[in-house]
Amino acid sequence: MKALYNYLKEVAFAFVSLANGLLLTLKYFVTPWKSIITENYPDNRDHPSVADEFAGEVILIHDENNEHKCTACTLCQMACPNNSIQIISKQVETEDGKKKKVLDQWVYHLEMCTFCKQCIDACPQDAIKMINSYELSCFDRSTLTKVLNRPGSKLKEKAKVTPKVQE
Amino acid sequence: MISMIQFSDVTTWIHQLLSSCMAPWLVFLIELVVAAVAAVVALLVCVIIMVYMERKVAGHMQLRHGPNRVGWHGLCQLFADIIKLLLKESFTPTRADKLLFTVAPVLSLCVSLLALAPISWGPGLVLWNTNIGVLFVTAISSMGVIGILMAGWSSNNKYALLGAMRSGAQIVSYELSAGLSIVTIVALAGTLNTGGIIESQANGWWVLKGHLPAIFAFIIYIIASTAECNRAPFDLAEAESELTAGYHTEYSGMQFGIFYLNEYINMGVVAMIASTLFLGGWQPFYLPFDFPLAHAFNDIMALKFMETWPAWISWVSLAWPLVWFFGKLFLIIFFMMWFRWTFPRLRIDQLLKLEWKYLLPLSIVNLVIVALFIVLGLHF
Repeated sequence: MKALYNYLKEVAFAFVSLANGLLLTLKYFVTPWKSIITENYPDNRDHPSVADEFAGEVILIHDENNEHKCTACTLCQMACPNNSIQIISKQVETEDGKKKKVLDQWVYHLEMCTFCKQCIDACPQDAIKMINSYELSCFDRSTLTKVLNRPGSKLKEKAKVTPKVQE
Repeated sequence: MISMIQFSDVTTWIHQLLSSCMAPWLVFLIELVVAAVAAVVALLVCVIIMVYMERKVAGHMQLRHGPNRVGWHGLCQLFADIIKLLLKESFTPTRADKLLFTVAPVLSLCVSLLALAPISWGPGLVLWNTNIGVLFVTAISSMGVIGILMAGWSSNNKYALLGAMRSGAQIVSYELSAGLSIVTIVALAGTLNTGGIIESQANGWWVLKGHLPAIFAFIIYIIASTAECNRAPFDLAEAESELTAGYHTEYSGMQFGIFYLNEYINMGVVAMIASTLFLGGWQPFYLPFDFPLAHAFNDIMALKFMETWPAWISWVSLAWPLVWFFGKLFLIIFFMMWFRWTFPRLRIDQLLKLEWKYLLPLSIVNLVIVALFIVLGLHF
């Protein structure tokens, strides 16, 4: 008797769970204007909806004074699994006679990038980020090699931390 | 409605017209060809609608648009696909059995078209009014697996062979519960003639007046017939992710097109049988209750109000049974598509377990209960 009860219970539960799935797809079917998530891509090119988190390409963040935060530490270059980042640095002499290493060219090989975001994670200064651009293809491979730091840009001065005056 | 123009009047008029100018054997031949062409064309139109419907239903259920580039809302997509298939080469693999490989699609198409013969499309509109109609359809539809086995085996491809073997196991199993649920309705109606079964539902469809057992039989028939059509969630015969395309892996061009067409024709036939047996075929909706509102509703449904109208309008009533027949047809087809795009595919052991442990015992018990109902006179 117990076995028969269990058998019938199993059948009934099977139907309930099937009905759940059917109702969900029916909801999607009858409300397409709400549920469809596909983009009509070339048609809605002027107002695309791409998620902000979408990893399109790497950029070096510049502020309004044309200053970036890259210290040319090459951690991103080392983190990159397929050598798509090349940091070219140069030695400059500061006013007080010290030699200092600064960024010369931040070379980004987009053609080799797998958009893994490991460079973003490796950067200690949060100087780079990924933006959600997606129309990246072109006819000439060489145009995919980009220099990310803008001409004339320089390292952002760190805000001086004034020691607290103890009273 | 019955007192107005009927399909039998139209067919007798055509028969008399032809008999007046031709020899009897020629009349017979012409009538056969015209009837067959009419049935096949009607079915092909249904198939065109079904393919478009399937793609749209699939799209919307998977949060997509479906075809929307060729023509208005993708309406011409199917024609573009057919032209593509016609232009492609029908390639035969070197090691394949050439004769069987070529014959297989044609054979399975013939078998599924044969099942159309005893189907009653409207009152008096039936190709072959035989007293074994339902038996004939069940016999023919179980032959469909021969074409699939032939295709799978002659392709000389392991995926094709596996798909064909699975399809064989599946169809042999699910024939049983499909047959038993058909027997349930045959027992209630007391006839195997499709027209007779439909006429027995003039005072209510069997799914309504056959109590719970008829509803059970309907559900079991829908499940079993989905399996017989090799459609998801029972599409083990072509399981794309495991067997590339199953039994038609090696087919290309229009030979593949015929298999594709065949799948939809089978679906149409199965839906026609389901609507004939359970949903009253071309009978309009009838409430089997005895109070004034129900009577008024039933009179409207039977187009009683049109009897006083002029004769030329009553021609419109000729289409009324067809509207109901095709409406039910597409309702059941929508159900099958809904299942396909909702449920994941079963494993082969789950498939056989479902049939032999659940559907078959349930349908046997169901048949016994229906027999008791009939003996005790409990049904309407």
